[in-house]
Order: sequence, then C-alpha cells, then structure tokens
Amino acid sequence: MMNMMKYIAGTLFRMLLLLVGVSLVSFILVVSSPIDPVEAYVGSESNISQEQKDVIAEYWGLNDPPVQRYLTWIRNLLHGDMGTSIAFKKPVVQVLEERFITSAALMLTAWVISGVLGFMLGVVAGTFSDSLADRVLKTFCFVMSSTPAFWIGLLLLVVFAVHLGWFPVGFSVPVGKAASEVTIWERIHHLVLPALTLSITGVSNIALHTRQKMMDVMKSEYVLFARARGESRWQIVKRHGLRNIAIPAITLQFASFSELFGGSVLAEQVFSYPGLGNAATIAGLKGDVPMLLGVAMFSVVFVFVGNFIANLLYGLLNPEIREGGRV
Amino acid sequence: MEHKEPILDIKNLSVSFRMYEKGLEQKDLKVISNLNIHVDEGEILAIVGSSGSGKSLLASTVLGILPKNASVTGDMRYYGQPMTIELQQRLRGREIALVPQSVEYLDPLMKTGKQVVGVRGTKEKQRLAFKRYGLQREVEELYPFQLSGGMARRVLVSTAVIGDAKLIVADEPTPGMSKAMAEEAMSNFRTLADEGKGIILITHDIDLAFEYADRIAIFYAGTTVETALAEDFGRGPEALRHPYSKALWEALPQNGFKPIPGTQPYAGSIPGGCLFAPRCLYKTEECLGEIPMRTLRGGEVCCIHAD
Repeated sequence: MMNMMKYIAGTLFRMLLLLVGVSLVSFILVVSSPIDPVEAYVGSESNISQEQKDVIAEYWGLNDPPVQRYLTWIRNLLHGDMGTSIAFKKPVVQVLEERFITSAALMLTAWVISGVLGFMLGVVAGTFSDSLADRVLKTFCFVMSSTPAFWIGLLLLVVFAVHLGWFPVGFSVPVGKAASEVTIWERIHHLVLPALTLSITGVSNIALHTRQKMMDVMKSEYVLFARARGESRWQIVKRHGLRNIAIPAITLQFASFSELFGGSVLAEQVFSYPGLGNAATIAGLKGDVPMLLGVAMFSVVFVFVGNFIANLLYGLLNPEIREGGRV
Repeated sequence: MEHKEPILDIKNLSVSFRMYEKGLEQKDLKVISNLNIHVDEGEILAIVGSSGSGKSLLASTVLGILPKNASVTGDMRYYGQPMTIELQQRLRGREIALVPQSVEYLDPLMKTGKQVVGVRGTKEKQRLAFKRYGLQREVEELYPFQLSGGMARRVLVSTAVIGDAKLIVADEPTPGMSKAMAEEAMSNFRTLADEGKGIILITHDIDLAFEYADRIAIFYAGTTVETALAEDFGRGPEALRHPYSKALWEALPQNGFKPIPGTQPYAGSIPGGCLFAPRCLYKTEECLGEIPMRTLRGGEVCCIHAD
C-alpha cells in the first residue's frame, strides 16, 4: 500500500515536470514563430490602422517580455484560467471541452476498431506465420505503417466521398443545420471516414506487434510441451497464445494514445472535422498562444494518462508483478 | 519365457531438416541417421551422448512434434503398430508422456494446477498425482515462477503420471540439480518403471544412467553406436562393445579422464559408413561401407570389429 502511494506520488510529480517542460518548449516555439497574431487575427485585407493594431497587441499583452508573459500564463493557470483563445474568441477551457467531445468520439471509435481488428489479425498471422494469409497481412501492414495518415484520408475522401458519394466530404454534422436537429445517424455518417482513416493507420501497428508476440509464443518451449501433451493448435492458441499476448497487447493499446492523438490532428484536418486536432492546427496558424498551449497541455495529460493506465494494468494483469517473489 | 512386444521399437530411423542455403538452394541436413532402439515395459532405457548428438530431437520425433521442415524415415512401431502421425496425435498426452527439462516448459501465466490437468486430464487425477509426489493442495494455485526447484521437478513429473502413460520420455531431467534432487528425480522414474511403464531417459549424466537405468544406448553424431546393459558400465571397457563407448568410459572422471582426439562430426558433414571411423583406432576399409546394428553379448552394437 505504501509502495502504491509512493508510485502514484512519483508519477504525478513526473507529470508535473513534463507539463512544465512541454508548456515551456511550446511557448518558446510559438513566440519565435514568424506568424504575427494580430495580423493573423485581423486578416490581411482589413483596413485597420497601425494604431488600432498596437492597441490590440497591448491589450493581449504581446508587448510584454516573453518571460513575463509565460509567468503570467502560469499564474493564471494555477487559478484554473487558461486564458482566452484569440482564434475562437472563447475561453480556452471551453474550446477544449467542446472540441474534446467531438474528438473523443473519433478517437474512441478508431481506438476500439484498430485495437480489436489489429489484435485479431495479429493472432491469425502469428499463429499461421509464413502462410499466405500471413504474408498478405504483413505486406498490408508494412505498406500502411509507412503511409501517412493524411494521405489515406485524402484517398478515402476521393473514393468514398467524391466518387461514390457515400459519405460527406467533411465536418462532423451537416452544414447549415441547427445543432438541435442533428440526429445521431448524421453524426455517425460524418464520423465514418475520419474514424476509418485513423483506424487503418492504427491497425498495422497493433497487428504487427501482436503477430510478433504470437510467433514468439508459438516458438516457446511451453508451447512445444503443450503439443507434446496432446493440445491441438487451436487449443494452444486459446489456452496459451491469448493468455500470453493479452498483456502486451493491452499495454500497447493504452500506450498508443500518443499515436492516436497525433493521427487525429492529421485526420481531422483532412476532413475539416472540428475536433481538438483541428483546433490545434487553427491555433498554430493564427499564432494563438493560449489555445495552442491549452491543446499541448491537454495532449500531455491525455498521453500521460494512457501510459499510466498501461503501467497499472501491466502490474495488475501480470502475476509475476502482482504476486511478487517466490513462495 | 513369454515374449512381449516392446512398447517402442525404432529401426533405422533418420531425421533430416530442410534448410535454405544461400538464396533458394535447398539442402537436407541429416541430424539423426540409422538409429535403432527399443524400450520394453518396466525398463529404463537411458540415452547418453554428448551435446549435439541429437538426443533431444529423438524425443520430439517419438512424440511427433518436430518442426514442419523435418522429415523422418525408418520404421517406428508402438506395440507393433506402425507409428503414424494420427497414432502419435492420439497417443501423446495419453499413452506417451514427455517430462521436460525445466520449468521453462510451463506456461508462465497459467496456474500450475490447471496446467497439469492440461486438455487430457481431470482435476481428480491431478490431485492424485500431486498427492503422490507430496505436493500440497496450495501448489495448484501457484504460477510456475513461484515454484521452488524441487516443486517444479515434481510438478513436471506429475504431468506424466496424470494420464495412463505407458511410455515416458524424460528429456534431460537432472541438469542443474543437486545430487539429492537428481537422485529423488531418478528414483521417481525407477518407481514408474517398476510399475510397468517404459521410460526413455535422455541424459548426458552417465553416472546417474548407470545407477538407475536397465540399459544404456550410446549416442554418437545422431546414431546409436551401442546399446549396453547398465552393468556393463560397472565392469569396465572390456564389457562394452563399441570403440566409442570404451573411449567414453575412459573419459569419465573416475576412470582417468582420458580424452580421445578429434571431434564429433556436425550435422551436415556426416561421413558415410561408420560415423566414428575418422576417430577410431581400429578403422579398416570395411568401416566405410554400410554397418548394420547387430546383437552381441546381450547388447547391440554398430561396429564390424566388435567382439
């Protein structure tokens, strides 16, 4: 129990350090970016005078030295205030909340599909390694893992949205419809292509890892012994295979939060899907420091929690860690 | 005297592996050649030989669990019936049991009890087997990594007695054990043999084999050069038949530690004729021809000069 408390305290401390580090690096990067937030805000064709622009810059505190700006941001953050987004003209917290809900639907769908499908494909390929099915799958996975997500997104868009017209080309709801009138089916209809894009890129990683692990298991001494004791291939997969690859697969699944988040930034951009990733891109292009830092902080917590869950589950599921030393 | 059919009778067995060499060129790598052994009910046949002589492969061959790229020729019979793949499938885990070397052969994530039951046993039989080897009920709930060395040994033997095995193949059951533990393991096998089971004991510990086995088959480069009675080893090199067995005897620590020059040929570079000929003092022209296994002084030998 004492160890557990120590572990959690240590983890929280590491997360805190990471948050400070990431926010600092992100801040330095945005501040030194050539994009002028005021220009980006007013647009190039507006006829706002230089004096007015100066007033805006002063109001946003852009003229303060960077160190002071960063410290102000930290101070406000400690009070729960992440500032106001320049691009969205709303408090950052509110944007994060709205956008996350949209993103969560996308990421969760892709996470479940790529996890389940990748696991199943990996099990089949690993069990029958070097068979035709395995080779086809392996080739598919290698091609997919070396293909950028946005390209797959564009391809799906061209085929299914433009050519076949089965799915909308973008957004999460039909354009020009009141939010209250949007049905769940319309939401799902808009979700299909981005989720598919994200799943396809996720599947190969999970499938290849699972395949490798399954092959290791099939080559192990305990499988040889199981065969010697009359277990059929199917019984071996069921009794020993799944048991031994489940832990790494689950761990990997939670540790894949970072790829998931990274992939969603690209997929959302291609499909103009109004999620967090999309918000990050907009914030970046407009030099929206508070929003960008907000998304960065959020992604840190998101990925960190994923890894933390992976670690916890590993300890919980693996008897060697759970039950400790020899009796 | 009633003549009973041997449990396992192997004649002229050869095992080779198909390997790929440089690109697509295939090559058959022969690892066991012209091997002859038989095991009767109630006896322990020890198979001794240095590492790399193909001993462990023999276990996989008998059980029919060789890798896909292996091919087997020769005559293998179980109680007189030809050993087909179907028969092996039916027998393994039932009438033929393997006792592996170490706890590594147990699934690390499956509790011992469930694992010993396997797919062909029952909970009751597992409890009986545990009781027989003095394993507490709690051991059922332990994972393999929680077993002590002695417990692991007994758990592994339990897997063999849970079914109604007639033939038990023990693959190197004693390395890394203390003298007392090895003796306990061996006396367990002796008891099983005395109950009428046939036991193939694959080992490189000649002393233990001599002490507990009935007959000893000497392995050299994937073949049996001699099958001797265990007593022959006590009587010295004159009682043994093959030049290699005699050399092996003289190489034992208690007999002077005398080595002979040369090395065992590697699989893939197996010479024709007698495999020991390149190192043999009695080598003649005839040794390069086909050498059959023949009966001699109550044992068997694969040498034309032995008398």
